[in-house]
Amino acid sequence: MSQVAIRVENLGKQFRIGGRVERYQTLRESLVRKLKGLGRRESSENTFWALRGVSFTVDHGDVVGVIGNNGAGKSTLLKVLSQISEPTEGYADVHGRVSSLLEIGSGFHFELSGRENIYLNGAILGMRRAEIDRKFDEIVAFAGVEKFIDTAVKHYSSGMYLRLAFSVAASLEPEILMVDEVLAVGDIAFQNKCLRKMGQVAGEGRTVILVSHNLSAISSLTKRCILLKHGRVHAAGPTSEIVAMYLRDSATEGSAVAGSREIKDDTLGSLLCELDSEGVNPTIPSTQPIKVRFWFTVKQAVTGLRVGFDLTSGAGPHLFRTYYDDLAENPPELQPGAYAAECTIPPNWLNGGDYYITLRASIHGIRHIIVLERALGFQIVNLAGANAQYGVERPGLLNPTLDWKIEPTDPATLPTISTGSDA
Amino acid sequence: MDTATNSTSPSVALETVGSTAVVRIAPSTGWVSLKLRELWNYRELLYFLTWRDIKVRYKQTALGAAWALIQPFGTMVVFSVFFGKLAKMPSDGIPYPIFTYTALVPWTFFATGLTQSSGSLVGNANLVKKIYFPRLTIPISTVLSGVIDFVLAFVILLGMMAYYGVTPTVNVLWLPALLMLALVTSLGVGLWLCAMNVQFRDVRYVVPFLTQFWMFATPIAYPSSLLHDPWKTVFGLNPMVGVVEGFRWALLGTPAPGGMIAVSSIVAVLGMVSGAFYFRRMEKTFADVV
Repeated sequence: MSQVAIRVENLGKQFRIGGRVERYQTLRESLVRKLKGLGRRESSENTFWALRGVSFTVDHGDVVGVIGNNGAGKSTLLKVLSQISEPTEGYADVHGRVSSLLEIGSGFHFELSGRENIYLNGAILGMRRAEIDRKFDEIVAFAGVEKFIDTAVKHYSSGMYLRLAFSVAASLEPEILMVDEVLAVGDIAFQNKCLRKMGQVAGEGRTVILVSHNLSAISSLTKRCILLKHGRVHAAGPTSEIVAMYLRDSATEGSAVAGSREIKDDTLGSLLCELDSEGVNPTIPSTQPIKVRFWFTVKQAVTGLRVGFDLTSGAGPHLFRTYYDDLAENPPELQPGAYAAECTIPPNWLNGGDYYITLRASIHGIRHIIVLERALGFQIVNLAGANAQYGVERPGLLNPTLDWKIEPTDPATLPTISTGSDA
Repeated sequence: MDTATNSTSPSVALETVGSTAVVRIAPSTGWVSLKLRELWNYRELLYFLTWRDIKVRYKQTALGAAWALIQPFGTMVVFSVFFGKLAKMPSDGIPYPIFTYTALVPWTFFATGLTQSSGSLVGNANLVKKIYFPRLTIPISTVLSGVIDFVLAFVILLGMMAYYGVTPTVNVLWLPALLMLALVTSLGVGLWLCAMNVQFRDVRYVVPFLTQFWMFATPIAYPSSLLHDPWKTVFGLNPMVGVVEGFRWALLGTPAPGGMIAVSSIVAVLGMVSGAFYFRRMEKTFADVV
């Protein structure tokens, strides 16, 4: 089935910078501006294009991701396509009933009960009353708020609120669904629930446009991707290629993956550490090895100088400590001079999430020279590897790809387990 | 715009989608259609928004819906003391309290509708920025939600009529039409103001002044019989004059305000239609500016 669901031609959206920054103007300002600019057009300095020359098509049943840095125009694109904001030039043809989800819980009123909010929010999202009646029980059950359905939403915990809001939105059955960063709220369990639902919607043959910073979600849910850059389509194609390109691109825009420090010490002169990986900075695909490189200078001969790092997860736990001389038979003796050391964190090993490197240098049994807490940070994103086919984050700090074997077996060969209590 | 719609879409795409609607998203220029059909399709949303406004209006107030009565009733007491008793204002031979209260009931409906709807778009900014639906539903539902207050205040009016021994005439059958006239007037002004309010927050300072001024330009504390034709008919250019005198005519049996009502109705409808077009024209900027 390759019918066109959305055709976008040369779409552009211009904002007046003044209008954006000041949010709104007063009548006096407007009159003054009119008088000053009598007959003149708005100068181009006061405007900028949030989107320009954007063209693409989406076929029915396609699940397409839109990625890009903040300010690349992702949300503006979705707002234009969902008719919230009007384009300045170009056009888009949309074939089919559209629902857009730019935020969950828009239109929820805190003074109203859960029940009332389901009807109100459902109507706002474009559902018919009869449709809401029919899905009501399902919505309540999915949100798990049966007991509180007649309680005002203001008394809900934020988790309950999110679940209810999402479950109303999830009950929509549009032909075309546009979703913006909805997955970015709530705890991991909630996000996984959202992702599963999204995967289900995508699997039903609906057309979905998904904007997200969550590259794992984009990778597992979408087959095609559009990369926006400064309001233009930078690239479009298979998700794996586009995501890789995006990671490579953002690497060149630079952020701290190297840390260095002059050290006031008699033995250690300076210490520099750098992370190196394909598409580093600061997001690293879980499929890439990460090289941790050290350079340091030694001022005087020393035995037992240890240089290395601690790896900790953003959530706190300490994963491991390692030093360049871990595998040496005896404490090595270093002469004055410069040294380079390198170690590799293997691919398909760390789970998605934030990690920090704490630099450490010490002379064994004598003194600590320096501990640079969380000197470097990076983020792992699960693009492939264990469990990627399900598109949900796994708990745990590691997500190793371990060897598994499975084969059909003869029931007679099953080992019998005696529980002891059986007669 | 129409030519663009027809020329660029490949006919293949149109055929394959069969009955599914195609929506063309493109820049609008100049005056745009009201899209009344779409508004009709969203009538359930209109209902839910109205119902929400009614439910929420008096939440967290100690006196609740009593406020719908206190406002017109309190004003009536003040007017009766100062204009009725002290200034000896003529009241077409009707007891002054009921004379002024009959006018205050539709007036309060009008003024509340105007005030609430002028701030309604800004008040619903979170919706406007995140979800697509016909924006006209917002001011319309806000004005409609005032009908409940009107009904409550009207019950008091019936009580007062019983107390003063006033029997309504058959003309009372015109009341729904007169209420409609008040609604149209309120919505017309509300549409203009709420669309302007998105860009110019001056509106919120203008509204209290406007309603106050308008109240004295309407025969609430005094009878329009102070004027004579043709000025009486000219007075009808203020649509609330027609509404107020219409209410008195229908309920209290004052002389029929024929010419005045005709003028008022024309002005009110013009106000609403122009307001709706202005609103639709400004609509494209709402989500970006609000």
